[in-house]
Amino acid sequence: MATLSDPPSEGFRLSQLLYDTRYRSMTIQVIAFMLIMAGLIWLANNTVQNLAALGKDFDFGFLTTRAGYDINQRLIEYSNDSTHGRAALVGILNTLLVAFVGCILATIFGLFAGVLRLSNNWIVSRLMGVYVEMFRNIPTLVWILIVFAIMTEAMPAPRDFRGEDAEAMMSLFGTVAITNRGVYIPSPVVGDGALILGLVFLASIIGIVFFRRFAKARQEATGEQLPVLWVSLGLLIVPSLVFYLILGRPITLQYPELTGFNFTGGVHLRNSFIALTLALALYTGAFIAENVRGGILAISKGQTEAAFSLGLQPGRTMQLVILPQALRVIIPPLISQYLNLTKNSSLALAVGYMDVRSTLGGITINQTGRELEGMLLLGLFYLITSLIISAAMNVYNNSVKLKER
Amino acid sequence: MADINASRAFVRKEMLPEKTPPVAEAGALKWLRENLFSSVLNTILTILSVFVIYWILSHVTGWVVFGIWDAGSLSECRELRDARYGEGVSVACWSVLTDRWDQLMFGFYPSELYWRPILALLVFFVAIAPVLFDSLPRKMLLFSLAAPFICYWLLWGGMIWGPLAVAAGFALPVLVSRFGAGLLGPLGTTVAAVILPVLYWLFAAGPIAGALGSVLPIGITFIESNDFGGFMLAFIIGITGILLSLPLGVLLALGRQSDLFIINKFCVFFIEVIRGVPLIVWLFTASILLNYFLPPGTNFDLMLRVIIMVTLFASAYIAEVVRGGLAALPRGQYEGADSLGLDYAQSMRLIILPQALKISIPGIVNTFIGLFKDTTLVVFIGLLDPIGLSNAIRATTDWNGIYWELFIFIGLCFFVCCYSMSKYSQYLERKLRRDHR
Amino acid sequence: MKKSVFFGTLAVAAMASGAVSAQSMLEQVQARGELLCGSNTGLVGFGAPDANGEWQGFDVAMCRAVAAAVLGDPNAVEFIPLTTTTRFTALASGEVDVLIRNTTWTFSRDVDLAFEFGGINYYDGQGFMVPRELGVSSAMELDGATVCIQTGTTTELNLADFFSSNNMSYEPVPIETNAEAQQQYLAGACDVYTTDTSGLAATRASFEDPGAHVILPEVVSKEPLGPVVRHGDNQWGDIVRWTLNGLISAEELGITSANVAELAAGTDVPEINRMLGSEGELGAMLGLENDWLVTVISSVGNYGEIFAQNIGEDTPVGLARGLNAQWTDGGLLYSPPFR
Repeated sequence: MATLSDPPSEGFRLSQLLYDTRYRSMTIQVIAFMLIMAGLIWLANNTVQNLAALGKDFDFGFLTTRAGYDINQRLIEYSNDSTHGRAALVGILNTLLVAFVGCILATIFGLFAGVLRLSNNWIVSRLMGVYVEMFRNIPTLVWILIVFAIMTEAMPAPRDFRGEDAEAMMSLFGTVAITNRGVYIPSPVVGDGALILGLVFLASIIGIVFFRRFAKARQEATGEQLPVLWVSLGLLIVPSLVFYLILGRPITLQYPELTGFNFTGGVHLRNSFIALTLALALYTGAFIAENVRGGILAISKGQTEAAFSLGLQPGRTMQLVILPQALRVIIPPLISQYLNLTKNSSLALAVGYMDVRSTLGGITINQTGRELEGMLLLGLFYLITSLIISAAMNVYNNSVKLKER
Repeated sequence: MADINASRAFVRKEMLPEKTPPVAEAGALKWLRENLFSSVLNTILTILSVFVIYWILSHVTGWVVFGIWDAGSLSECRELRDARYGEGVSVACWSVLTDRWDQLMFGFYPSELYWRPILALLVFFVAIAPVLFDSLPRKMLLFSLAAPFICYWLLWGGMIWGPLAVAAGFALPVLVSRFGAGLLGPLGTTVAAVILPVLYWLFAAGPIAGALGSVLPIGITFIESNDFGGFMLAFIIGITGILLSLPLGVLLALGRQSDLFIINKFCVFFIEVIRGVPLIVWLFTASILLNYFLPPGTNFDLMLRVIIMVTLFASAYIAEVVRGGLAALPRGQYEGADSLGLDYAQSMRLIILPQALKISIPGIVNTFIGLFKDTTLVVFIGLLDPIGLSNAIRATTDWNGIYWELFIFIGLCFFVCCYSMSKYSQYLERKLRRDHR
Repeated sequence: MKKSVFFGTLAVAAMASGAVSAQSMLEQVQARGELLCGSNTGLVGFGAPDANGEWQGFDVAMCRAVAAAVLGDPNAVEFIPLTTTTRFTALASGEVDVLIRNTTWTFSRDVDLAFEFGGINYYDGQGFMVPRELGVSSAMELDGATVCIQTGTTTELNLADFFSSNNMSYEPVPIETNAEAQQQYLAGACDVYTTDTSGLAATRASFEDPGAHVILPEVVSKEPLGPVVRHGDNQWGDIVRWTLNGLISAEELGITSANVAELAAGTDVPEINRMLGSEGELGAMLGLENDWLVTVISSVGNYGEIFAQNIGEDTPVGLARGLNAQWTDGGLLYSPPFR
């Protein structure tokens, strides 16, 4: 205390840097800063020397040279004549696709498993317990490999569909082909008048929104409940269907067909994509299920009892009372699970899914020998993606957080 | 009296015997009704679940149970299968596990020295026990401090002087603070306590160990880390990573809470960068980039590089866990420490960290489980962990073509380890919750 | 737990870094008493650990030959398993002394990556395998096929070139390891499996019914595989190159592991005498013992013996000599003379 109230009258001494609380933090920071800088300079210096010794330079020019390899799944135009940069972009999009679909699936799995684990149905809760423990305690990589192997072994090969008495049949009235190369689903072909149909569909969605508002206002004013679900469904389907028939079927489906070695036509969801997404979603879902369970258990029992005493069904209780409150507890860990899933998608190469780690961080580095630049770009991509996801989810988290006044 | 009796036709004199409850309300049936068939939805779910369980079991049981244990190669397995069950029946060939058991467990560690890793594991368990269970005598913690060096020596072998010389470095700060305080003054002591050991490790430890080794060659066979593999490798990387990352993680967490601008920003940056990038990218960095960042000509073995990377990786996660623990402490603890006149180091060491770390133990155990599972990723950089070995085993002519058996075995082993650890962490969570009430 | 390794190694590294550059590779290896050989993490017939943890295979024998030449002991090798991604950095950074891991000799690897290939120990080429029931007899009929392929190698570039130059389309299914590719192919997830023909033959040999699969006649690329060393130490490159040449010449001249001791005493064939050190100073010129090839051949055998032992027709892999026969038998093996 003496140092604060009674500054030393004599001049500045060196030892004050360490013993005077006014200067000490500054001293520590300056030393830390110098050490960090020295470390960075040391690393940079080493890198420059090593690059020189290997006769390499630091140059991103390889991104504009011809890649020369093919990528099976591409969301944008790509061929082996495209550049390495474009291959990286294809990989980035593939990573984002897996992460996006995986997160949605994982949330669904996790929500169901978490809720069902608390079910009073003995066998269901045990089954969910087994699911959660199995997936939480075995490495992701093993799961990815196992799911992939199951998909290849259990599904029929395309050649089994061939012939008069084929071993395998297309499912859903011959529209979907499930093979061990992936699932082929019909793809829409847009014809004349599709725009009008789209507008009609949009209009009916807007109609549904307005109707729901109206129904809610009505319920609050008079207590009368309108059959919201049925009217919404009707609004969704009937106008679109009528216009679809009037306009002469402007959107048709192209069904997959077995020609030559493979099915052609339709959308091809590759096995590697399905296996990776499914394995990641199941794995992450198990963690989310635990978060959901924890969140639900954190809501006091009184809430359930109060809801029951109001005459709500168990399902409605969960939906209207428990989950909205539990969500506040669930969301923060959910963010880190989404991040984990995104990062775990880098294991894609194990099943041959061409994500950014396999294109930019794999084949491109192998072919060009630019490991420093390639890994740097790869790390930056993951870092930026992670930061964006956590920022976006934090915004959402703040919006649902309990507003304390 | 008679009047009253007359007005009542019947008065029961004794208690009725208890009736048995209705069949549907007792015993197994009641349990079934309440737990399995309480509503239509539940009934559907039950039937669905039973069907799923039946479907899985019917497909898997025979394959697992009738598996062949006594063949020397896959083709032999197939012959045995054809002889026993007829052609085309699908059964497991577990013989790959008996044939390659040692390799899956210890990698290429010399078979006559298997006692060393096993003993090291025992030492580790004894050392970790006083940390995990409060009821054990505190004196055992001294052994825990020595355990890393014992384990290192047991696993790698070589002269005993190497680990001893390095361990001696940790005694330097103690010596300096005890005897040098008068000579150097407090400022000099602090500086010396930090710099001396570093200088010692960099320049003196090696020659001293070498000199002692040439004079008194006490040692056991040296094993190169290249011979490590299988589950042993996974354990070593996992355990070492988490133990080394603990102190680093605590420092990072303190740094992130600190008011010092530069230190705070540096810690935040470090933690976010490490956590934002997948482990596999860091492993590739360790494997193919680390040589760029170190002085030209430096070269040390891949396993060590992996351990360093894994340590840095885990420390960022530990830092977040510890930060949670620090944040969970009531503000009054900090204020109490300040009001006692403790300085920052004292308050952290005596008041804050002991409590914060205790709260964080379940989180730390969970981080460890995650890290242990993630050791499987080293297969991508060519280390022969269980999955890497399974690839190598399948590359021999004997076992080329075997698939499920190895993965099921590896999965099972990981499950047993991780499940028991997660049970421990749950036990701890319950215990801690009780403590705080 | 292993804090000591870290500091210990840093200390060693700090001391060693000054000394390393002064020594030649040969001196380094001899001082170490051990050859660090970059090997495959597992490739049937070429390199895989057996039940005792001993590495076995064609490439492995090559490593042992170099170790026998330099250190006099074929077992003084430390095998460093490397993946397709890590192999070149490991070699460039000095983690391994020599890389013998079915690596194709290409211009860019030789020139751009600054490596030196010590000759060719196996002439391979990329081929295709299909199930017999598909009824395909030529790779030109593969339009639209799904092709399983190992990533990270020259294979995928060759594949892309082959299909685009023939105006055919295909669907690549990239797979990380041979074992996985094999499983995919057997389950019918791809119609074709493509890799080096040696790998195809080895894979097919391990199938339950090898006869149900055919290897198509087209070989779409040249894959000369050979040992690789870093640029910069020509003596070391020479040792690797002439060890390989010695193995090949030994077969040509009829020197085997059985008779090498007897021939080393001196024969009437001057070249044998020069090779085995009973005449001239060839070994000394390389900086090795004069009877280095005697050690090599007596410990691992000549090229033909190594081939027969690991991948030859009597092994489960069952490869014919084909291009890898001596030039006198119509193959491509042609060692420069020992003179």
